[in-house]
Amino acid sequence: MTRDLTVGEALRQQGVSRRGFLKFCATTASMMALSPAMVPAVARALEQARRPSVIWLSFQECTGCTESLTRSHAPTIEGLIFDSISLDYHHTLQAASGDAAEKAREQAMHDNHGKYLLVVDGSIPLANPGYSTIAGISNLDMLMETAEGAAAVIAVGTCAAYGGLPQANPNPTGAVSVMDLIKDKPIINVPGCPPIPAVITGVLAHYLTFGTIPELDHLGRPKAYFGTNIHDRCYRRPFYERGEFASTFDDEGARKGWCLYKLGCKGPVTYNACATAKWNGGTSWPVESGHGCIGCSEPAFWDRGGFYQPLSQATMTSGTVLGAAAAAGLAVGVGAALMGRGKHKQAQEEQK
Amino acid sequence: MNVDRLKSIGVVVEEVPAGAGNALPVLHEVLHALRRLSEDGDPTIIDLRAIPFGPGDEQALLETLGEGEITATLDSLGRTEIRETRYHGVWVVDYLGPDGERVGLQIEVTEVPGLLRTPAGDIGDAVAALQERLAAAEDTSSQENNR
Repeated sequence: MTRDLTVGEALRQQGVSRRGFLKFCATTASMMALSPAMVPAVARALEQARRPSVIWLSFQECTGCTESLTRSHAPTIEGLIFDSISLDYHHTLQAASGDAAEKAREQAMHDNHGKYLLVVDGSIPLANPGYSTIAGISNLDMLMETAEGAAAVIAVGTCAAYGGLPQANPNPTGAVSVMDLIKDKPIINVPGCPPIPAVITGVLAHYLTFGTIPELDHLGRPKAYFGTNIHDRCYRRPFYERGEFASTFDDEGARKGWCLYKLGCKGPVTYNACATAKWNGGTSWPVESGHGCIGCSEPAFWDRGGFYQPLSQATMTSGTVLGAAAAAGLAVGVGAALMGRGKHKQAQEEQK
Repeated sequence: MNVDRLKSIGVVVEEVPAGAGNALPVLHEVLHALRRLSEDGDPTIIDLRAIPFGPGDEQALLETLGEGEITATLDSLGRTEIRETRYHGVWVVDYLGPDGERVGLQIEVTEVPGLLRTPAGDIGDAVAALQERLAAAEDTSSQENNR
């Protein structure tokens, strides 16, 4: 696809019919978590959309975010969205290496100054710039230099969004997030360890379609995907309401698919789209597989106490212990969920 | 469907226990939409990808809706299966990707789903294509008459 073509023109050039384009728009709107009523607007916008230049920087990370995106499943409509951007720099995926790779980044920055999207995965070490470098350039220098001409920055994965695993106590590298450093650009956080691939592409699709960033919550996450917590959308929620919990991974409650709250599920305080988008091409998700949510899309999830400790025992980032009444899981769970929602609402009000 | 693929490797997929699941609430939503279509003519699209289904839940919903008189297939960017359910006016549109994986699943409560309507641009193209074909046929015919 050449850069001058609109998405509509490019798809038609590939032999995609008008009905095929409508299908593309319907599934793209679904991926962006938009109402089906928005499909005509998506079609009009995509017909005219031109592919943006994207520069992808990977810092202190495990490449799981890129793996999530590129190896999720067979080529799909999401793949077409990814084809609709011009990925001008990604040191794991690009063929060029060394000076040629860095020249590609500089060229894309120069040619698209003020218009390109910067995607970052991984946190940035501040304790010593030598802890993580690319082509001899420290992560900090590369981020600041590349962000300067970006239209917006997408922090993919919990490491880029909030510091993630590298920032976990005792944070030996002095790891910080993108939003700790960039203050003058719109930043979209797409946390998760890794993030759901459809959410990554959905955010790219939103920018591609409308040329704007989606509405964000108080932690900079798109509300379309992170607007409700795991617990509220969990199909096991009715068991929670009835006080029916699995207490071990092989007891009667576990076999009957009861609520995993007592096994440490962080669903009540975790905002993400796993319960609807699911994983592995929509096959399943952790709770459906019998394991509680570990809260990977929340800041400092590594330091929130054990993954298998109920929320009523886990220590929150603020240092506040929710309560010691683990046995009264239901009551405490309601409190935890309300606390999560209260924080969410308070932050939304502060934003207004 | 992905769950079906799992069955082929011997994984037991548990069903949503009684009292849980979203199949029943969605059926109520379908009934509400069907009433709106019947009384006001307003169509509705329900995106099932936005609904949290438990194991076997979505399957139960689709089985309850069943299959009706009409099934159509669109072959573009992978197959799309459009079928009317046993409840007239309630259609299931199953969007599949190039390798047969599901990329979208919607219930359309309408007289005719949008994908079955011929796009206006295609009608214009069809006029031009048929005109060209007939003009070519006339040219051939007049050339033969002139011999």
